[in-house]
Order: sequence, then structure tokens, then C-alpha cells
Amino acid sequence: MAPDIHIQLSEVHKRFGANVVLDGLSVDVERGRSLVVIGGSGTGKSVMLKCILGLLTPESGEIFVNGEDVLKSGTAAREAMLTKFGMLFQGAALFDSLTVWENVAFGLIQGRKLARGEAHDIALEKLAQVGLGGDVAGLRPAELSGGMQKRVGLARAIATDPEVIFFDEPTTGLDPIMADVINDLIVDCVQRIGATAVSITHDLASARKIADKVAMIHKGKIIWYGDVGEIDDSGNPYVDQFINGRADGPIKMDILRA
Amino acid sequence: MLDYNFLAPVGRFVLALFAEIGRLSLFLKNALLHIALPPYYWRLVLEQMMRIGYNSLPVVGLTAFFTGGVLALQIYIGGSRFNAESIVASIVALGITRELGPVIAGLMVTGRVSAAIAAELGTMRVTEQIDALVTLSTNPFKYLVAPRIIAGVLCMPILVAIADIIGIFGGYIVGTRTLGFNSAAYIKNTVDFIEFSDVFSGLVKAAVFGFLITLMGAYHGFHSQGGAQGVGRATTNAVVSASILILAANYTLTSLIFTS
Repeated sequence: MAPDIHIQLSEVHKRFGANVVLDGLSVDVERGRSLVVIGGSGTGKSVMLKCILGLLTPESGEIFVNGEDVLKSGTAAREAMLTKFGMLFQGAALFDSLTVWENVAFGLIQGRKLARGEAHDIALEKLAQVGLGGDVAGLRPAELSGGMQKRVGLARAIATDPEVIFFDEPTTGLDPIMADVINDLIVDCVQRIGATAVSITHDLASARKIADKVAMIHKGKIIWYGDVGEIDDSGNPYVDQFINGRADGPIKMDILRA
Repeated sequence: MLDYNFLAPVGRFVLALFAEIGRLSLFLKNALLHIALPPYYWRLVLEQMMRIGYNSLPVVGLTAFFTGGVLALQIYIGGSRFNAESIVASIVALGITRELGPVIAGLMVTGRVSAAIAAELGTMRVTEQIDALVTLSTNPFKYLVAPRIIAGVLCMPILVAIADIIGIFGGYIVGTRTLGFNSAAYIKNTVDFIEFSDVFSGLVKAAVFGFLITLMGAYHGFHSQGGAQGVGRATTNAVVSASILILAANYTLTSLIFTS
């Protein structure tokens, strides 16, 4: 049986001025599976997610979600699509003018038009799911530690039970233990709501834990794609260099040497 | 050998200028569209009215008071050269309502509000909070830009009306305490000479200034990039561009009102 493709990117090109970021990127994301995109800094990982969400518009290429080309759909269709998406941002991107529970309930109140009371109850439930008690619900995001902010961001991303969740560098900036806690929560939350997950990271411990499939991005293209179990013997020199963290290899860093 | 293409910087400047005009036009179109179309976030409009209008009262009131006072002094000095000191009360009222009330309030509110909006939205931009809004099915123009502009347009006329009263009162205090005018005569001269159109034209200006102040703050904040430095730049650009636009719009509106 052919895999059920939820999100498909085909030959996507995106550039900023003379700087080509996505250079014909193509990748398929299977429904209900977790794809982790690995790659160095500045290889176009975040830009890829932003193109799918419509925060950036590619110059050419096609992006299908549930078989519909989102680049050709109008604003209303796009907004309808986004109600089925959740995203955990790198810096958590919590609204600092709102309290923790209002952050988590934001998509429920603004997007789903739920009453505040009802949204409050769901928000507390989601906070409990990421291991946060009701005592933090009334705090401001600035009063929380980085790890707690990430967990609130995760609770906000899963609050509307989305079909697709994006994770942008979920473990960056956290200590190894907190990173592992976040990884466990991601796996738990994604499985619980049966969502399709796309994560971008350069943290391999995280990738091994949360991925079903791994894609490696380099210079705006997917250069390797396979099961997570295959990354150690991929036979791909780029992947080998990346997972072993070697400075020597086919991936050249643009560093000027005297 | 001079091998410098002096047309290159000219071309770069013109291209950048057109890019900026295009970006601003698109922003303006989106902002107006989302001000006009539902849903409306009235709670946010009210919140912004408190921040833009109510919290600006002290600074606008103080500047209006001193402006009215200094106007009375200057007009007295000028008027005394033509033996026309009695004109002080009416000219203070005209000057404040037609010109100085809206412009002084506009510039003061620019410093407070345009800067605050640019800094807030700029920080939201660089910390991806604006992107987060989009992923939570909320249009940032509706949620962030429209309430601020609506609040600015509604608040500025109210602020200026209050500035008018306080400014005229400042002139009255200086006129009666320092310059020795009779209190009843001063009030009579003020009330007799001032016309509805004087006040009204000032309030129309105020609404336009409120629009420019909030638009510039939101525009520059929305398009800020590059971390703390970018937010700083956005704040500066918002205040400078709003101030220039206010003075330019003031001249245009005044000449329109004169000729009509």
C-alpha cells in the first residue's frame, strides 16, 4: 500500500535577494508519522516550515497539504488550513502580554471561538499534559524558566488537537535533561493526538528520539531521506559527517582562513 | 583614473525608495481592509485607547498648559508694539485650537505612542510572536494593527479637545496673573472670537495625526528585523517618520481648510 502523504513539497525555490535558501526542495511527510529534518545552521530548515505555513511565499514550486496546493489557495482556505496546524517555536514565542493559560487557550478562544471558561479548563488540562500545575497558569511567560516556557509553548501547540504539529528546534538552548523531558513530551503528545509531526533540529539525540523518518537538508535540498534506524549506516558521506560532527568532509563551512 | 559609477548610489536610493513606498502601500491596504472587515476586537481597542489616550493625558496636558502660557506672553509682547495688547485672549484661543493644540499633542503622542507601538510590535516580530499569531489562526493585522489605529483615530481628537481647553486656560492664567488682564474680559474675548470651525478643524487634524502616529508605529514595528538593534531602528524610524508626516499633513490640511 502506498504511504498516505499528508504534506508534500515539490521543487520549492525560495531566495532572499541573491541568497538562495531553498533550491528545489522536495519532500513527502506521511500522515501520522514524525519527520525530523536535520541539517546545519542556515541550510533552510526554518524557511521550509515558514513556506508551508504561508509565512513566506516561495518563488516557485508546489506545496500540497491533504492534496491541496496551498500556494494557489486563497486567504480563507489558508486560514482554514492553519486551524489544523500547531507550531512550537524555537524561542517558544509566547505572548508576553498574556498569562500562561491565556497563551495556551489563545487558539481555542481566537480560532475556535470557545468561551473563556471552557478554554481555561482545556488549557489547564494541556498544561497538566506537559507536566505543569495550575500554579503557573496565572503567571506571565517572563516569570518562567526557558524549559518551562518551551513546555507552555508545547501546550499551546497541542491545545487545539491539531492534525499537524511543527517543532522548530525544540531542544535548542535547554540543558540535556530538560531537552530529554521535552523530547518525551513531544513523542507523548504527538502519539496521543495522532498528529503528523515535522521537526527541524540539529540535535541528533532529539532526532533519534522523536523521529520515524529523517531527512537531511543541505544547501536548500533534501540530500538524504530514510528511516531513523538507518542514519548510522546511511552510506551518505554528508549524513555521516553531520551525525559524527566532523569538520572535515563534503560539507564545507564558509570560514575564511588567514 | 576615476572609475566610480556615480549613478549607482542614485539608482540604489531610488529602488529602495520605491520598495519602501510599495511595502507601505501594501501595509496600508491590509490595515484599512482589516479595520473595515469583521471580526472586531473591541476589548483590544478599549485597551489601546487606555494606553494611547488616557495615559497620554498628563504629558499632553502639561505641554498644552505651557504652550498656552508662552503664547500669551509672546502675543502680548508682539501686540504691545501695535498698541493691540487686548488681542491676546482671542489669538491664544485661535492659535491653540487651530494649530498648536493638534500639533503639540500630535508630536508628544508620537514620542510616547509611536515609539511604544514600534518597540512592542518590533519585539513581537523578532521573537516570532507575530508568526505565532498566524499559526494560531489569528490575523496579526486584525489583532495588532487595527485596534491600535482605531484607538489612535478615536483618541487624538479627545486628547486635542482637552489640550485646547488646558492651553487656553494656560493663556488665561498668564494673562490674568502676569499680564494684568481682567479675568471676565479675558474670558469674554476668548469666547466671542472663537468659532466652531476653529475647533473643528483642529479636531479633524487630530484624527489624521492619530492615524499617522499609530500607522507609522505599527508599520515600522511590523517590518523590523535583526534583533535588538532592529527594534531600536524601527522605534527611531517610527518617531521620525510620524513627526515629519504630522508636520507635512498639518500644512496640507491647513491649506485645504483655508481654501475651502
